[in-house]
Amino acid sequence: MRKEIRIAGFGGQGIILAGIVIGRAASVHDNLFAVQTQSYGPEARGGASRTEVVISDSEIDYPKVQLPDIFVAMSHEALITYLDGLKNGGILIVDPDMIKEEEILPFVEKHNINYFKASATKTAVEKIGLGIVANIVMIGAITKATKVISEEAARKAITESVPPGTEAKNIAAFEAGMDLIDGR
Amino acid sequence: MSNKPKVSGFMNYLRKERIPTIFCAGCGNGTVINTFFNAMEMAELSLDNISMVSGIGCSSRIPGYIKCDSLHTTHGRPIAFATGVKLGNPDMDVVVFTGDGDAAAIGGNHLIHAARRNLDLTVICVNNSIYGMTGGQISPTSPKGSFASTTPYGALEAPFDLAKLVSGAGATYVSRWTTVHPLPLSNAIKKGLQNKGFSFIEVISQCPTYFGRKNRMRSAVEMMKYMKTHSVVKKKAKKMSEEELEGKIILGDFVNRNWPEFSEMLCEQVNEKSEKGLIDAIKSAYKTDL
Amino acid sequence: MNITRFFIQGNEACARGAIKAGCKFFAGYPITPSTEVAEDAAIILPKEGGTFIQMEDEISALGAVIGAAWAGVKGMTATSGPGFSLMQEHIGYAAMTETPLVIVDVQRGSPSTAQPTMASQSDMMQARWGSHGDYEIIALVPSSVQECFDFTVEAFNLAEKYRVPVIVLSDEIIGHMREKINIPDKVEIIARKMPEEGPETFLPYKAEPDGVSPMPPFGAGYKIHVTGLTHDERGYPDASNPETHTKLVKRLCNKILNHRGELTRVKELYTEDADIIVVSYGAPSRSAITAVKNAREKGIKAGHIKLEIVWPFPEEIIRSAAQQASDIIVAEMNLGQMVYEVERVVKSDAEVSLLPKIGGQIHRPEEFLEMIYKCQK
Repeated sequence: MRKEIRIAGFGGQGIILAGIVIGRAASVHDNLFAVQTQSYGPEARGGASRTEVVISDSEIDYPKVQLPDIFVAMSHEALITYLDGLKNGGILIVDPDMIKEEEILPFVEKHNINYFKASATKTAVEKIGLGIVANIVMIGAITKATKVISEEAARKAITESVPPGTEAKNIAAFEAGMDLIDGR
Repeated sequence: MSNKPKVSGFMNYLRKERIPTIFCAGCGNGTVINTFFNAMEMAELSLDNISMVSGIGCSSRIPGYIKCDSLHTTHGRPIAFATGVKLGNPDMDVVVFTGDGDAAAIGGNHLIHAARRNLDLTVICVNNSIYGMTGGQISPTSPKGSFASTTPYGALEAPFDLAKLVSGAGATYVSRWTTVHPLPLSNAIKKGLQNKGFSFIEVISQCPTYFGRKNRMRSAVEMMKYMKTHSVVKKKAKKMSEEELEGKIILGDFVNRNWPEFSEMLCEQVNEKSEKGLIDAIKSAYKTDL
Repeated sequence: MNITRFFIQGNEACARGAIKAGCKFFAGYPITPSTEVAEDAAIILPKEGGTFIQMEDEISALGAVIGAAWAGVKGMTATSGPGFSLMQEHIGYAAMTETPLVIVDVQRGSPSTAQPTMASQSDMMQARWGSHGDYEIIALVPSSVQECFDFTVEAFNLAEKYRVPVIVLSDEIIGHMREKINIPDKVEIIARKMPEEGPETFLPYKAEPDGVSPMPPFGAGYKIHVTGLTHDERGYPDASNPETHTKLVKRLCNKILNHRGELTRVKELYTEDADIIVVSYGAPSRSAITAVKNAREKGIKAGHIKLEIVWPFPEEIIRSAAQQASDIIVAEMNLGQMVYEVERVVKSDAEVSLLPKIGGQIHRPEEFLEMIYKCQK
């Protein structure tokens, strides 16, 4: 099993932390192997932000994402930039309030994409009262939609990765994110 | 009276097997060594606890003749090495011997940063206004108009006033004397050794071989006479006009203040953060159980 | 022994390894992509009773580490290409004065300031030849976050054992990626040797049979003189004496070269019967291994040698690989550096080809496969 995940959006959305939490959950708590990488440089500040995670049940040799199985887009720009890279039949999760859906529907249909919508930003603001936890809401959605990490591992990794004192809010954000995905 | 020459007690401080030194006849380095030993005794410090660090140049050879732990480093960098020695073992008294080329040209950045940190080092800068080791090139403290092998038609650049530079950078003890003022110089080195902080003692010294020869002062005596007649103590200088001070060497303490010292603050911070404290790190390279 | 699992960056793993190995001093200067090593050390060192200082440049950073070493403390610095260039003079000084220390060089796109946030392996020869003169150092190349930890520990131990600067040649990819690593409570630590003799008779630069002398710290009563000038066994300058110089410099080189055997560290995969052997080190090894496994599935007799200690160069391993295989592919993230070492050793025993890569990213496994197919023809 080798799963390649790409998460992209813009700076300030906590994109990188989302990648770290998923990698940590998979490797430290689910006993799998994971490599997390990210885009560096001036372009990563304020502009576009991207992280990639490879998860596998055996040691990971080649560490980079080539053809993602899962693509999570938290901005329209990121969605358009990287959509083409998504594998046929892959999973796409978007924050519907941040994108123009009509531009991607033909691609979704043509490539048999497993398409999910998770209003992470809106949920973070309206349900949790904290816009900055949108990334954690999205982790909830990713966990539920892809099962690439276990719910338990995700909870542990979030608790370890967020600032002390904010654990409860972040776990609430995670749960709210899980609820955004139908239980199919 | 015995005919035997009197042997100085200071001889015991030297690595006798390394004598004679490489210094030219008439060089000011001998006076600097003497005044240092005098200062060390006055400050009641011992070579057992002194580490000396030096760079490249004639005066940087001084520690090699003194019986203490000595680190003869690269050109311009002794203060950087000394920073490591002091932080590696803050209990040690760390003395840096350097020259004008070493400290003010290639090593100028380390000089001002160590002063800024107020790290407890005693830096003795033997300023002879010339590169002696390499054969008489111009230095950043050579007076305007002076001659050197690389300024055959006279120097156009303005020299650094090192005592002022280091005072401005944040040193807590700064003093300037010449080799013809051995007693106040000893006293200044003593104060520098005792000051808990960055101490800078600038010693204006003579290089008859290169500076003297190129600038019409053929003997050490002539140069020393010049230093004597051209120096003014700070107190007196204050009352003199700019024109009167032209070409004069101003002597005395420029700065003597009590500011927090870097290694002490760092130790405190480490002790606060660690159960073991910095004391545990001292000579830890020899331990396997940490 | 307790082992704790972490999910951290390669750079952080270097800092953790150093501190486990007994590092109590870090002097550094910020430079991308190595800065996380310094940042992590700045957080952890004080908690372990050590000191961290940000110096005014890379030259002074390495100078301070050398000073701390003589005060009796194990120290390190971390940098990248431009900073590594500035450190070269002090690497030579450390080699000449036999000062143990560790430098982590997180290689980035070069030359000059080129690509601060992208990877390369362009400092391989600089690590070996960067300072002027004849000298030997030891260099290790990690290809995973776990190896960043393990090799930094090893670097500290080798530095003490041979009294030599040891360089961990990481790169931007390995330095910045996060992976799971296991950190044990305690690691094996080689302590610095104190002289058995007293100060009256001890000669600080008289080597023991293994070529290395004990190293007393400043302040221990030995009152030693340390100089970068050619020095005799007492440590005193003797710079114009051809014999003193020849003896000293030969000893500095031979204390490493005579221990080539124990300083050989490679990891071999499917080399027993391989016709085509890929030689790589660091990040590209991960693509190479993927490709070699892939080739094996296709029935191609491919193998892989991952160099872990690159300096001194593992001549014997490469020589015997060349006797067995018909083709050797050397892959590196530069336009050819270690390939010259391979060619020097292989001579005409096998066909050596280079798979270079610059631009900042590692080779894709397909690039290796293509090369392997080519060799097969």
